[in-house]
Amino acid sequence: MATGVDRRRRHKRGTRQWALGHFWTIFTWILAFILFFPVLWMVITAFKKESNAYTDPPTLNFRPTLTEFSQVINSTSFTGGIPHALEDSAFVTIATLILVLAMGIPAAYALAIRPVKRWRDVLFFFLATKMLPFVAAVVPIYVIATHLGLLNNDWVLVILYTGFNLPLAVWMVRSFLLEIPKELLESARIDGAGVFVELTRVILPILLPGIAATALICVIFTWNEFFFALFLTNTNGTAPVFLSGFQLNEGQYWAELSAAATLCCLPVIAAGWIAQKQLVRGLSLGALK
Amino acid sequence: MPALLYMIVVTQVPFLVTLWYSFRGWNSLVPGSNKFVGFSSFSTVLSDPMFRQAALVTVEMTASAVILSMLLGTTLAILINRKFRGRGIVRTMLITPFLVIPVATGLLFQTTIYGSYFGILDWIVSWFGISQVTWASTYALPSVVAVLVWEWTPFMMLIVLAGLQSESLEALEAAGVDGANAFQTFVSITFPHLRRYIELGLLLGSIYIVQTFGEIFILTQGGGGNGNGTTNFAYYIYKQVANADNYSLGAAAGVIVVIATEIIAAFALRLLSGLFQATEGT
Repeated sequence: MATGVDRRRRHKRGTRQWALGHFWTIFTWILAFILFFPVLWMVITAFKKESNAYTDPPTLNFRPTLTEFSQVINSTSFTGGIPHALEDSAFVTIATLILVLAMGIPAAYALAIRPVKRWRDVLFFFLATKMLPFVAAVVPIYVIATHLGLLNNDWVLVILYTGFNLPLAVWMVRSFLLEIPKELLESARIDGAGVFVELTRVILPILLPGIAATALICVIFTWNEFFFALFLTNTNGTAPVFLSGFQLNEGQYWAELSAAATLCCLPVIAAGWIAQKQLVRGLSLGALK
Repeated sequence: MPALLYMIVVTQVPFLVTLWYSFRGWNSLVPGSNKFVGFSSFSTVLSDPMFRQAALVTVEMTASAVILSMLLGTTLAILINRKFRGRGIVRTMLITPFLVIPVATGLLFQTTIYGSYFGILDWIVSWFGISQVTWASTYALPSVVAVLVWEWTPFMMLIVLAGLQSESLEALEAAGVDGANAFQTFVSITFPHLRRYIELGLLLGSIYIVQTFGEIFILTQGGGGNGNGTTNFAYYIYKQVANADNYSLGAAAGVIVVIATEIIAAFALRLLSGLFQATEGT
């Protein structure tokens, strides 16, 4: 008897937990949908015709069209059009990434594996510079860029963004390097591996996910940066500067705007989705495991 | 150390030059104004009611955005730390707002969400019999804060999630064996463990959000309230340099902003250094 009641009670509790679990799952899904909705709506609006974008109430009943995408790609009305903006953004992002990794990895290596004197000070100097509000330095940067004739030149952005992202890169790559077990390096050395072999055969393969995390964070910050891009290259802008041009139209042409925004955001969203695991590690600056 | 040299040149030199300009009276529209004036730019900036308002706006905007996104982010982190169907997809959806270009975010909210007549928000409030609100101008600061919360919630969520996932299972199991319920376990074990992750998220978030510019540029152009209701430090500097051509006032404002941010950063660094030693085991 007693065991029967017990079992029934346990069964009941199981059902309740099962229901509760489903409740939380559905709740999570609803929250996620609400937060994702603005992006989803941007993509949906991008496939509308302008006349379908302005309806009261907002509608899902429309025939998807690529009109606005082709309109946006072929239009060169201001700042050279979207192909030009994307090209600029791609150039700035890739050049920055190469410079950051080329300088950041050796610095991180020096700090992690073969500590130089006062490395802790150097490290905190790197991190402290990351925390400076660069916005505050726009005046001299603008003046210096003007004097050097670098205004409206993509290279001025490359130089600046490299400066913004280097501290982050050094910090992160170093924390990934620290995870490599010392025994592994020692055994490689005992096997007679030179420094070069040690670097390319032992360290690099383990470090690759860490480098990917670092690269992803750099790409996000570089591609999305607006303040300096606006100040320094306003006639020859990157994707965010191009998009800000739509603001001049008092936010009209919603479908065209959505199509342009979708195109400009696509590379970074795709990169972030693909490298999700790295994003999680990267945002915690590699200091958290 | 080429990286170190590069850092010094690119980051320190502009700040020194900022300091230099801040002591001069340079307005590019006034010839011959580029000369030494001592602290007068500082006193002009500090006595400018618009700058003082910008300080207040920056604090309000940053604090509310950081706190709200942390609350929402922590909730979401706890929710997606369970195993359930479609967890990967949900996480993918949730990180997306952080990846969208802030300018695009501003435009999206300005048009399809906050837009009058045809915007989603107007449609939703129309169910309750309210019609046509010009969101971004009537509720300028809340509109900007809402956008910032939307953008930064994924950031907070991921940092808290990293904390949750680093929690030792033994401690949780021991609590379960001792008969603690879910709430007790959370308060006495999970929360103390999460605390430093939350602190880190709050500090890093503050450092980034203090510099918010693109969203304000698009949504309100610093307007709202008495006309400058969403002018934060970054937008104030932009106004001084781009509209008033007053380089020295912009530079002086910049110096003040740097000092203010360094105070937050000092706390962040101390915290990071603690975390850093903990994870290294030194």
